[in-house]
Amino acid sequence: MKLAVISAGLGQPSSTRLLADRLAEAATRQADATVQVIELRELAVDIANNLVTGFAGARLRAAIDAVTEADGVIAVSPIFTASYSGLFKSFIDVIENTALVGKPVLIAATGGTARHSLALEHAMRPLFSYLRAVVVPTAVYAATADWGADGEDDPLGARIARAGEELAGLMLNRKPGGEVEEFVPFAQQLAALEQ
Amino acid sequence: MQFGIFSVGDVTTDPTTGRTPTEHERVKAMVTIALKAEEVGLDVFATGEHHNPPFVPSSPTTMLGYIAARTERLILSTSTTLITTNDPVKIAEDFAMLQHLADGRVDLMMGRGNTGPVYPWFGKDIRQGIPLAIENYALVHKLWREDVVDWKGQFRTPLQGFTSTPRPLDGVAPFVWHGSIRSPEIAEQAAYYGDGFFANNIFWPKEHFQRLVNLYRERYAFYGHGTAEQAIVGLGGQVFMRRNSQDAVREFRPYFDNAPVYGHGPSLEEFTEETPLTVGSPQEVIEKTLSFRETFGDYQRQLFLMDHAGLPLKTVLEQLDLLGEEVVPVLRKEFAKGRPAEVPDGPTHQSLLAARAAESVTA
Repeated sequence: MKLAVISAGLGQPSSTRLLADRLAEAATRQADATVQVIELRELAVDIANNLVTGFAGARLRAAIDAVTEADGVIAVSPIFTASYSGLFKSFIDVIENTALVGKPVLIAATGGTARHSLALEHAMRPLFSYLRAVVVPTAVYAATADWGADGEDDPLGARIARAGEELAGLMLNRKPGGEVEEFVPFAQQLAALEQ
Repeated sequence: MQFGIFSVGDVTTDPTTGRTPTEHERVKAMVTIALKAEEVGLDVFATGEHHNPPFVPSSPTTMLGYIAARTERLILSTSTTLITTNDPVKIAEDFAMLQHLADGRVDLMMGRGNTGPVYPWFGKDIRQGIPLAIENYALVHKLWREDVVDWKGQFRTPLQGFTSTPRPLDGVAPFVWHGSIRSPEIAEQAAYYGDGFFANNIFWPKEHFQRLVNLYRERYAFYGHGTAEQAIVGLGGQVFMRRNSQDAVREFRPYFDNAPVYGHGPSLEEFTEETPLTVGSPQEVIEKTLSFRETFGDYQRQLFLMDHAGLPLKTVLEQLDLLGEEVVPVLRKEFAKGRPAEVPDGPTHQSLLAARAAESVTA
């Protein structure tokens, strides 16, 4: 199985990437999958060029293909101005709008304080619902303070484990196929117009 | 194999001088460019169809009729004719008329256009783009082949005992290409009728078009028009040349950087890497164009986009000299090498007449 991890973190090192890696680890503990991480920071110019020209360059195409062909996706964005980042949304915009249909997606986000955590529910989840992805019930938000929680009481770790388990479960139960028909035979297209 | 040029007909400010041609200058420049195409030995001139500024060619058969009167050999074509928003009856009439005036030197390329508001401006629903393309073309096809037509469809008022005049020249309909940059449905449509498929690959990487062309070839064979290798394929290209490669890059860069379609995006270098755009010496253009055959197989028509992004007329005419004198003669020779005998040449009125004659002998 293939797991694509989209990380929209901008800093280096990035807490968004850190969260993405921990989620990937939690998911692959349950489901045997090869992980491909897509760092949107490295594709920022390619994504902007795609918006302008209407096509993806080779590097971006490889990233889009990785998401399209994956059996599951982990999508992690920093929360900027009450929502996912513009770069994150731009990447989602250049993917075919049928690429995620029926695909398990784990959503996660990072931010300065826990006040922004519901952005996952009011922005990120509807985005993937629109794309008809199967979004796992547990969304994971990590505020700066969460990275300092002690070992005994680790709510972030518990959420990561639960979300990873949910994603793995959906990936393991996913029915293969569901490919969109490449084209409709012409006679059928003509007949549809004649009634 | 046929070589030619296709024009979008954009009125664009020359970024190096700040000068914008008038619509009148641009219309006349398109004609001058078409005449030059014949003079330098090219086979085809095709004009776009647009119904909004900054584009001038809203009435292709008017322009092509004028060019027909002033040329002898050039095939006059379109890139594209809007099959979705034009009345199919008027398309059948206009192009049959043009075919007579040009003594058969006419074909056309059907397309759906790329400007959303054209649909509502002409009273159509953009969500019906593909069904409109299918139904309208089915009617054009019928009107050119049947003298008296009874017809009923979803998008147009019905016809009872209608005859489209003039009848096609020698009873042979103009050859039709179907242009698409995205839709497998259009490749399927072209295959169904045994028409040509034109992949305007100038803005996108080749892998995308390879899938469309392969689908078209497979389905062409499936519908019994010939083998997949015999399907009629046309491709786009986009070049800017100077004898010295660095001169070409230096001169073209400001036009590229400010071009309405791809300016302010990727660099010239990135774009030439990913798409058929070639900026360099005639030899580089030859090499890049010859590589198309490796991706798409032996094909029938190669059209180049030469007059866009605000390039002055004088420069475009110099480009056509280079294209006609140094590039196309070599391409003709090289493309002929190793081309299987059963792969047809680009269709002409004469070849369609000959095909019909052969059919009636075997029948």
